[in-house]
Amino acid sequence: MATQTTEATQASEQAALAGTIRVAVPEHSLRTDLRAVSIVWRRELIRFRRDRLRTVTSLIQPVLFLLVLGTGLSSLAKGGMPPGVNFKTFIYPGVLAMSVLFTAIFSAASIVWDREFGFLREMLVAPVSRASIVIGKCLGGATIATLQGVIMLILAGLAGVPYSPVLILVLVGEMLLLAFTLTAFGVMMAARITQFQAFMAVTQMLVMPLFFLSGALYPLRGLPGWLSVLTRIDPLTYVVGPMRNAVFSHLSLNPIEIHALSPSITWVGWPVPIALSLGIVAVMGLAMMGVAIVTFSKPE
Amino acid sequence: MAAGQASGAARWAGNGHRQAAITVAGLTKNYGEIEAVRGIDFEVPVGETFGFLGPNGAGKSTTIKMLCTLARPTSGSATVAGHDVTSERDAVRRNIGLVFQDTTLDNYLTGAQNLKFHAALYGVPAAAVEPRMRQVLEMVGLWERRDSVVMTYSGGMKRRLEIARGLLHAPHVLFLDEPTVGLDPQTRASIWEYINELKSREDITIFLTTHYMDEAEHCDRIAIIDHGQIVAIDTPEALKASVGKDRVQIQTADDQAAIAELAREFGIEAAVHEGAVTFSVASGEQFVPRLFAGLTTAIKSVSVSRPTLDDVFMSYTGTTIRDAEASGTDQMRQMAAAFRGRR
Repeated sequence: MATQTTEATQASEQAALAGTIRVAVPEHSLRTDLRAVSIVWRRELIRFRRDRLRTVTSLIQPVLFLLVLGTGLSSLAKGGMPPGVNFKTFIYPGVLAMSVLFTAIFSAASIVWDREFGFLREMLVAPVSRASIVIGKCLGGATIATLQGVIMLILAGLAGVPYSPVLILVLVGEMLLLAFTLTAFGVMMAARITQFQAFMAVTQMLVMPLFFLSGALYPLRGLPGWLSVLTRIDPLTYVVGPMRNAVFSHLSLNPIEIHALSPSITWVGWPVPIALSLGIVAVMGLAMMGVAIVTFSKPE
Repeated sequence: MAAGQASGAARWAGNGHRQAAITVAGLTKNYGEIEAVRGIDFEVPVGETFGFLGPNGAGKSTTIKMLCTLARPTSGSATVAGHDVTSERDAVRRNIGLVFQDTTLDNYLTGAQNLKFHAALYGVPAAAVEPRMRQVLEMVGLWERRDSVVMTYSGGMKRRLEIARGLLHAPHVLFLDEPTVGLDPQTRASIWEYINELKSREDITIFLTTHYMDEAEHCDRIAIIDHGQIVAIDTPEALKASVGKDRVQIQTADDQAAIAELAREFGIEAAVHEGAVTFSVASGEQFVPRLFAGLTTAIKSVSVSRPTLDDVFMSYTGTTIRDAEASGTDQMRQMAAAFRGRR
């Protein structure tokens, strides 16, 4: 205590010499909002960098699916594959989506965490629009979920996927889109579910169905009607499909083989173009972010 | 402390007219059935340190929430730094600093990163961030620890960091909601050292809530709030003078008999508070000999005290703050339940 007092005295002397620094807080404007978006986004990155353990543990499940499940089922799946194509290659896009999925949801969970530890209030009382906080959060979550996916991308070689720059760019772009939409979904849920336990329970309940219904582990053709409908409702489907298409387009396969492994997503027989497929995901993400903004903007 | 008070007082006396940092008129807040704040009025002039004193659940935090634009008043109005809390929320937020009861720091960031985050949210001009950050961190003695992750800070350090953060954007009004709750007495004292230091240095109005009587003594003026209403408002000295009587507490063999006897023999109304028969008389020392002569019930011990804020609280609310805390707990639970129900 004594040292604190001397510190305080010294500090006050220094401050007295310097004089009080005048600070004028500017009016609320687009510029202040953009700065808020940027700082909320940067905070997510700082925390991601600091939490290396989480980065490593988040890799375990996707790696298990890719190397253990992928290897284990490959002999069984051999009949359905063209010669030279491994089952691991087939599930690789799904595994990328999975690691994005887990990280995005976990990153949205930090809002609930922030609420419990009070930091959310620090953000909500600031003289910036709530929209900028939500947007910063969604972009931040999207960025770190994509980074997590990029780490998985390093393992492409193990799955027999070539390290082609174009393919990598396309995959990163698609993961970014997926990460954004999933974070927006998580943030929307976090705006309503205020308790951490409840949030984790609800998201755990949703994560596996989202993954299994996305066609991450099987091609979306010849499925029974009920399953076929469910897979078309799952937003993950609309990213996993294009990602798989990108992967197989970069292997030396003929169009028939590509179509067999990566059939187009169809709506009652009509093949959905890849651009539309990705567009749907983007629109969903923006809509959910909109809902989150409205929910957070309501005063007590 | 003394210097802070003097300069604060001089500022508004010298102005000729009293400039108000906070004005509150007929402010109420209901959570469903429960009336948390029931029509309060007060004014805090610029430069004053104003304390809201009351037991938990009396409506202190709800009032602060309304003044900080975090809760919408059910009725009535309030202005902070000249801006209306309902119609000019952003303007109010730009002009206030907040330190909440529970910490609102990011434990995974360093002290400096927490402050930079705040500076960006409040739009502190980029060139001013570093020097101002240094100034506020030095003021609370945390400059050396700025690059440590907040998780490694002690409770007192965290509170000091929050005070520094609340000051970073040079607010006109600083709100401190129970600034020392949950801290040990030594750390509490050091927090008050920093607050007093701050009063003498910055041109700032401080509004704080507390349920510690000794802390209310640091304020220029205090308002006593009980059951959502202000029951008294003045300087601590004036409030103590208004009670004017000494407090006598006696421990007896039979409290009820003693109370009855006091009423019969001396015409004094006494009651049991904090486990002792308690009453007020004009001059305690002179009364004690008469008490021993006149009371047949055996007296085990006597204590006489000059009026304290405890007595002020008791004379205005009819209970001690500790007793009020105990009975207030039920009410708080109800409020919490009602609040959760709404969400």
